[in-house]
Amino acid sequence: MKPVLIRGGRVVDPANQVDGLFDVLLQDGRVQQVAAPGAIRATGTRVIDARGMVVAPGFVDIHVHLRQPGQEYKETIATGTATAVAGGFTSVCCMPNTVPVNDSPEITRWMRAPERGAVVNVFPIAAATVGSLGEKLTDYSKLKSAGAVAVTDDGKPILGDAIMEQALRAAAKLGLPVIQHAEDTRLTGGCSMNLGPTSFRLGLRGMPVEAESGIVERDIALARKTGAHLHVAHISTRKALAAVRKAKKDGVRVTCEVTPHHFTLLDEHVGDYNTNYKMNPPLRGDDDRAAMIRGLLDGTIDAIATDHAPHALHEKEQEFDRAPMGITGLETALPLALQVLHRAHKLPLPRLIALLSTNPARLLSLKGKGHLGRGAHADVVIFDPDAKWTFYAADSRSKSKNTPFDGWQFTGRVLTAVVSGQIVFTAKDAKVAKG
Amino acid sequence: MPKATAKRNATPTAAADIFPHGSLLDIERLSPAEITAILEDARRMEKARADREARRKLGNQFSGKRVALLFYEASTRTRVSFEYASKTLGAMTTIVNATASSIEKGESLLDTGYTLRALGTHVVVMRHPSSGAPHLLAEYLGAPVINAGDGMHEHPTQALLDAYTILNHRKTLRGLRLALVGDIFHSRVARSNIHLLSKFGAKIVMCGPKALLPDLATTLAPGLAIERDLNKALRGAEVVMMLRVQKERLAGLNLDPHDYVANYQLTSERLRQARPGALVMHPGPMVRGMEITAEVADSSRSLIVEQVANGVPVRMAVLARALRGRP
Repeated sequence: MKPVLIRGGRVVDPANQVDGLFDVLLQDGRVQQVAAPGAIRATGTRVIDARGMVVAPGFVDIHVHLRQPGQEYKETIATGTATAVAGGFTSVCCMPNTVPVNDSPEITRWMRAPERGAVVNVFPIAAATVGSLGEKLTDYSKLKSAGAVAVTDDGKPILGDAIMEQALRAAAKLGLPVIQHAEDTRLTGGCSMNLGPTSFRLGLRGMPVEAESGIVERDIALARKTGAHLHVAHISTRKALAAVRKAKKDGVRVTCEVTPHHFTLLDEHVGDYNTNYKMNPPLRGDDDRAAMIRGLLDGTIDAIATDHAPHALHEKEQEFDRAPMGITGLETALPLALQVLHRAHKLPLPRLIALLSTNPARLLSLKGKGHLGRGAHADVVIFDPDAKWTFYAADSRSKSKNTPFDGWQFTGRVLTAVVSGQIVFTAKDAKVAKG
Repeated sequence: MPKATAKRNATPTAAADIFPHGSLLDIERLSPAEITAILEDARRMEKARADREARRKLGNQFSGKRVALLFYEASTRTRVSFEYASKTLGAMTTIVNATASSIEKGESLLDTGYTLRALGTHVVVMRHPSSGAPHLLAEYLGAPVINAGDGMHEHPTQALLDAYTILNHRKTLRGLRLALVGDIFHSRVARSNIHLLSKFGAKIVMCGPKALLPDLATTLAPGLAIERDLNKALRGAEVVMMLRVQKERLAGLNLDPHDYVANYQLTSERLRQARPGALVMHPGPMVRGMEITAEVADSSRSLIVEQVANGVPVRMAVLARALRGRP
């Protein structure tokens, strides 16, 4: 494989406190050298002209649904990872709510097999309980050996106190995080959006914020007791975030992620029952959205994760209360983060990169990922922070088109992505030349 | 088949434009002028029905048009009055019930709509247990949809006929003092009436227990008030609008039916708190002995039967608006 030389870009590598104009040489699947512009000889390399671009460690999405095995009509590992790379993600962690549920080393290995055709690194997150039924723990040791990087029953929260405590204890022994989709389903039966003036007006049953914060508070108490690493998936309420903030101050091992849609959209944007605004957790009110942005700015929120959840058109084109929850998100995460966090709220670019790459890689201990130090995996994203473009769902690489951002005008676009030293994505207007 | 996904996403606030003209999806999006026009047309319809020559003309107006009554939920008064209204206008009707059609075999709402369209349906009148189902159908059907009640959301023709009925007895809705009592949370009738009456400046006091009337309810329209004590809520009311309370619902919310009757039933004695000559309304079906006593329901103050009768001219006006199909 020919070495790749990325020239003249603004290299932003938060893990190594790098932010400046550098050349980056990728060789044998690793970062070989980061040096002053022009210092590396281009002979025999593929050269990417990155002048005016940002060069960063490839993004890491720790919350995606790739739908394989079992729901290939929505997405496959091949199409989902092809979508990821167009959004600048070079590693994705896929949730276990497949059909069947990924609760075994066999399925975990099957997902990672080269035959699946993944174009980015795929790290399965295994089910925390058998069948995600919340009754009996899966074999964490065997799952970890098979390649699982965390355990969760995403979509089916672990409600029982005893089983959650068992999960945390078992995971702590192996250094695996337990990821919780925090939703007290005893309070959300039949609900299809956030509880508030909009749900009342539309005649839809609403999920109260306490359904999320109650579970987060309970889980934090258990994490405190067990010393395990609790990771709160897609946090969406001010109340739950306040609990995380306090627990962090107290030294509890708790981390959390937020989705781009929860820091961008509001429940009232659902309009006339548009099912592309239906997801779980639901879009919240302005108070909660503002809290998410504060949490990102003050560092309480550790990572941005998309919760990419593809669904077929015929499933989304249903009555609102019947349509499945979830939206796609891999291709729109960076431009939304740039728009809302970087430009509107002045979050410095290195911190934005940390939220998309460095931190999520650390959270799940993905070695060699999330930074561009010498010897790091050659996973790199190059994006133009000023490029204006319009996102059309029809052009999405995902098999599914269930996005609320169809037709949105963005500033900031991924031009090139490199995985293990190989250029796996090039936007039409990016420049790649032979040296 | 039309794919309107891009359109509906780009500007959610401008979504009203995507629905076929003549659709009646909810009261909330109607202007007072549009509501007044429908009510005035309903008056003309009522007059025309009383006159033989005018009735004959009316019956020719929409001959050859086809109206489908698509009912995913049980209904007596709404379905029958839509059917009579359509036929009085000369349109053909067909009734499609969820339990006696391909819907039972799992046909989706949109496919059902496309089937009706392929068969030459000009207007679909739909009742559906899911809030927003008429909006989905209207967006894709390309023909007007009339909402005959969607989930807990709205029941626009009920609010129109209620306003029509009130205006038979009162000159204006402006400043009208109205008490709305009962299960407001689950009620599409309540939502439609609140939108309509507050657009015209009525003063609405809502009354009911928290589980059936959350504090959030005041956010629905400007100027809404909540009074938990029925005697106080009735004080000075010119119209008392009662809503049905289902026993199963009370059981689900751990509310004792006896407590409900004790605190929220409209009795002759309580009605004395209201303004002398106050009118009593109920959209039906009512549960005598639950939210209302038989004595009040059958009293001279009760407009309950008149409400039902007014359903026909009001729905004729709504149907004519849809069948004309042009602005």
